[in-house]
Amino acid sequence: MPDLLIELFSEEIPARMQARAAEDLKKRVTDGLVEAGLTYAGAAALSTPRRLTLAVDGLLAESPTICEERKGPKVGAPDKAIEGFLRGAGLTRDQLEERETPKGAVYFAMIEKPGRPAAEIIAEVLEDTIRNFPWPKSMRWGAGSLRWVRPLHSILCILSDEAGAAVVDLDIDGIKSGNTTRGHRFMAPDEITVTGFDDYAAKLKRAHVVLDARERGEAIWQEATNQAFANGLDVVEDKGLLAEVAGLIEWPVVLMGAIGEEFLALPPEVLQTSMREHQKFFSVKNPKTGRIERFITVANRETADNGATILAGNQKVLSARLADAKFFWENDLRTAKSEAGMGSWVENLGNVTFHNKLGTQAARIDRIAALAREIAPVMGADADLAEQAARVAKADLSSEMVYEFPELQGLMGRYYAEAAGLPSAVANACEQHYSPLGPGDDVPSEPVSVAVALADKLDTLTGFWAIDEKPTGSKDPFALRRAALGVIRLVLENDVRGSLWKLNLRGFSQHVVKDGSESDLLARFKEHLNELVSRDLPTADSEASEELEHALKTPADLLSFFHDRLKVFLRDQGIRHDVIDACIAMDGNDDLTLLVKRARALEDFLKTEDGTNLLQGFKRANNILSQAEEKDGVEYSYGADRKFAEDDSEKALFDALEAGGAAISPAIEGEDFAAAMRGMAALRAPIDAFFEAVQVNADSDIVRRNRLNLLSQIRQVCGQVADLTKVEG
Amino acid sequence: MTQTNGAPRSFQEIILRLQNYWAAKGCAVMQPYDMEVGAGTFHPATTLRSLGSKAWAAAYVQPSRRPTDGRYGENPNRLQHYYQYQVLIKPSPPNLQELYLGSLEAIGVDMAMHDIRFVEDDWESPTLGAWGLGWEVWCDGMEVSQFTYFQQVGGHDCHPVSGELTYGLERLAMYVLGVDHVMDMPYNDPDALIPLSYGDVFKQTEEEYARWNFDVANTEVLLRHFEEAEAECAAILAQEHQDPKTGKRIIMAHPAYDQCIKASHIFNLLDARGVISVTERQAYIGRVRALAKQCADAFVQTEAGGHAPESAA
Repeated sequence: MPDLLIELFSEEIPARMQARAAEDLKKRVTDGLVEAGLTYAGAAALSTPRRLTLAVDGLLAESPTICEERKGPKVGAPDKAIEGFLRGAGLTRDQLEERETPKGAVYFAMIEKPGRPAAEIIAEVLEDTIRNFPWPKSMRWGAGSLRWVRPLHSILCILSDEAGAAVVDLDIDGIKSGNTTRGHRFMAPDEITVTGFDDYAAKLKRAHVVLDARERGEAIWQEATNQAFANGLDVVEDKGLLAEVAGLIEWPVVLMGAIGEEFLALPPEVLQTSMREHQKFFSVKNPKTGRIERFITVANRETADNGATILAGNQKVLSARLADAKFFWENDLRTAKSEAGMGSWVENLGNVTFHNKLGTQAARIDRIAALAREIAPVMGADADLAEQAARVAKADLSSEMVYEFPELQGLMGRYYAEAAGLPSAVANACEQHYSPLGPGDDVPSEPVSVAVALADKLDTLTGFWAIDEKPTGSKDPFALRRAALGVIRLVLENDVRGSLWKLNLRGFSQHVVKDGSESDLLARFKEHLNELVSRDLPTADSEASEELEHALKTPADLLSFFHDRLKVFLRDQGIRHDVIDACIAMDGNDDLTLLVKRARALEDFLKTEDGTNLLQGFKRANNILSQAEEKDGVEYSYGADRKFAEDDSEKALFDALEAGGAAISPAIEGEDFAAAMRGMAALRAPIDAFFEAVQVNADSDIVRRNRLNLLSQIRQVCGQVADLTKVEG
Repeated sequence: MTQTNGAPRSFQEIILRLQNYWAAKGCAVMQPYDMEVGAGTFHPATTLRSLGSKAWAAAYVQPSRRPTDGRYGENPNRLQHYYQYQVLIKPSPPNLQELYLGSLEAIGVDMAMHDIRFVEDDWESPTLGAWGLGWEVWCDGMEVSQFTYFQQVGGHDCHPVSGELTYGLERLAMYVLGVDHVMDMPYNDPDALIPLSYGDVFKQTEEEYARWNFDVANTEVLLRHFEEAEAECAAILAQEHQDPKTGKRIIMAHPAYDQCIKASHIFNLLDARGVISVTERQAYIGRVRALAKQCADAFVQTEAGGHAPESAA
């Protein structure tokens, strides 16, 4: 069985695209081969900056012959029909077979599709793959119209077996396939002829090309840690950078250099960011001092001076970069320590637009500060401190360092707030108020930081809701889903209690449109604000004016957005969406901590045997009741009387519900959901026994009504815990 | 040709070697465009000539101005006026990377001792409505050139594709000459009768322009000039293709494009004066882009832009 080797040799492929492209090549080619009937034993894809390589082992030498039987018209059918069938099958009439069927004699065609040689199929599949390759971004070059990530120079495509290797002929817009490649761009640029994968890999290694990105990465890491270790230092791990660097070279040569003494006082994050982003250097730390003292760079070649020239060049570039960073850092520190302190930066933010319709960054900061004040008491934080923190938290956006390295926002704020002598709670809030950024990001726990973080996110969410820029489908340009998830995690992980609804209204009430006038919606809000805040939930209320109801639509929509994000968040933690729905349907659903406590307790309860059975009992009761109510046109809500109970099980249920009601109400009141669930569990056996022994729809109307009223007690007692009608199963 | 061997000794020698090298490779060595531009790409020999079907090969030095980068001549690497070396070849030849590496050798970069890397960098010019794919070229970790395959210019797909090389001359020369501060770089030969440093030539002008750019330039006048350039560009392109005086078909793509260049530079000056807000910024860029697109539309209707010459009717 022959082996296939393909190499697509091009100008430098962006590092971030290489691994994915190699996998795409493997998938597209092997899928195509299999679809054409060519099965194989194994396939591997590899990449370097200049080549995508695919090796397929144990390929069939030709695709199998396929026989297809096709049923045609009846014998004696009109000639036209028979001729049409023959044309379709590509046969003549004497090749047809007549067969007796229950419906009479019918013509059958036996069509044989002969197998095709592997080379023919490979050529087709590879051409199709190249012409339709899923590059994230591709280009044309020269006078041609072929697209590739960068100009494609050659195609190596050979099939080899014991008898030798043969080129699979292919010509794509003038690029002819062959059995040659080239080694390292500078160290071994000559053409190399290869006969199969082993030969190819071995010759490339001699030509200073390590084919496997993982091997290159491992070699880099090994050598880097060795060199650091020999000097008593540690390389700061950075897997993303390692993968990128492995995609920038074919022949890794690791070089370690020193960072100028004058730069060692820069914050380590500044050194690291500057080196990583601009130079793709690894940082090397002194474990004794915790300082970053050296760097590791990876060159793509060996030189006669063992990299001395290259290292010196890199060192010089780094010094120029760090001189810039030092300049920014010193200027910023001067500003932070000046009399105006970070205030001058905040003032500057009055000239920076946050969003056309949402005003400047300075206006945004005013809003966040007001919200932070409001949240502070809930968090047990000092309101003045929270406001102060909110006012400087975004000041560093005006600093020179953050202008140069936007990814250092927040962190620089902390450094500068410390330099300005601000309280540590304020400095920490500068850094932490952006958190959590992603699902894996830590959530701040310091009260002031939490207050500012919540205020920041709530202002963003209410703002974009107010101007109707909500996320749709996959589009979420302002990262509002992330902001909502941030609020959820901040609330849950800090056990924050209180009404999210009211905070949302506060947030909405602060937004004014750009020209300074308030939008209609917001004007209405303010008018009704006191009334709104005194109301618990956005439920329909006949007493509220129609206008008020209209004004409530947007905040209600935002609250349900929070609930949707909460469902996604909890689903990842194994809580079923219907369980959450059952809890969202309850009062107080804008207190997320309470909501989740309830949902967790319910989820746990439903996993027990008592839970599943109680749910069944509840549903049965509810169904019977609903049907009866619909039929009778009345609501059976109270008045069940023990004296009409006939059966013992019925009496027992009366007792159980009374006891249950007495246990569950105070448990819910005291937010002891576990106790409430235990109360429900105690109902399970009596409910089961009741249904076992008793026919609800009794002949006696009095007994029937009494039993229906009893069922309604089940509904009422269980309904205090959650809306179980929303639970599936 | 006479190739000077060994390391170059001055800024001007590096420029001369590049001129000789690209001349030897068949490029038309052109002169700088006589208007203020932000980069060599703005020269019509690049912007307009990258459009249409006709083959083209040009190389030139382009003085470039970026008012916001002014540092009164004090920053070792930043200037508001600097030089770019620009090469444009259409269609891009298959050995463009090798040709480029040859040019580095020509200015004294020994490939056996240095680490040259092609690092992904996609180029986009929002003001020109242009983009391309390519790399920044690194030499021992320093970006020494920009290498781009133009895909679109002025909103037009490039067919054939031009290969563009842009060298930041000061930075490259500082590296090759081993100088740390741009003002210390020898401009002519250090052994010349009157040796001149880059600072001797440009330190004072950097100060003068930095002051003017940041604090003095009359923004009202500039705003008016912007509007005027925009209006003039449109007025030029609105003319009949047939010149009433000569009876010839003369589309004035270049004069119109001059107005586009003017508007672009005025925008940069206004930006440096800090009078353009973040939101207005996008609007101004959009207006310049609209001009660039109209000029591109006009150029492709000219003979140089690939339009078939019309028989004298």
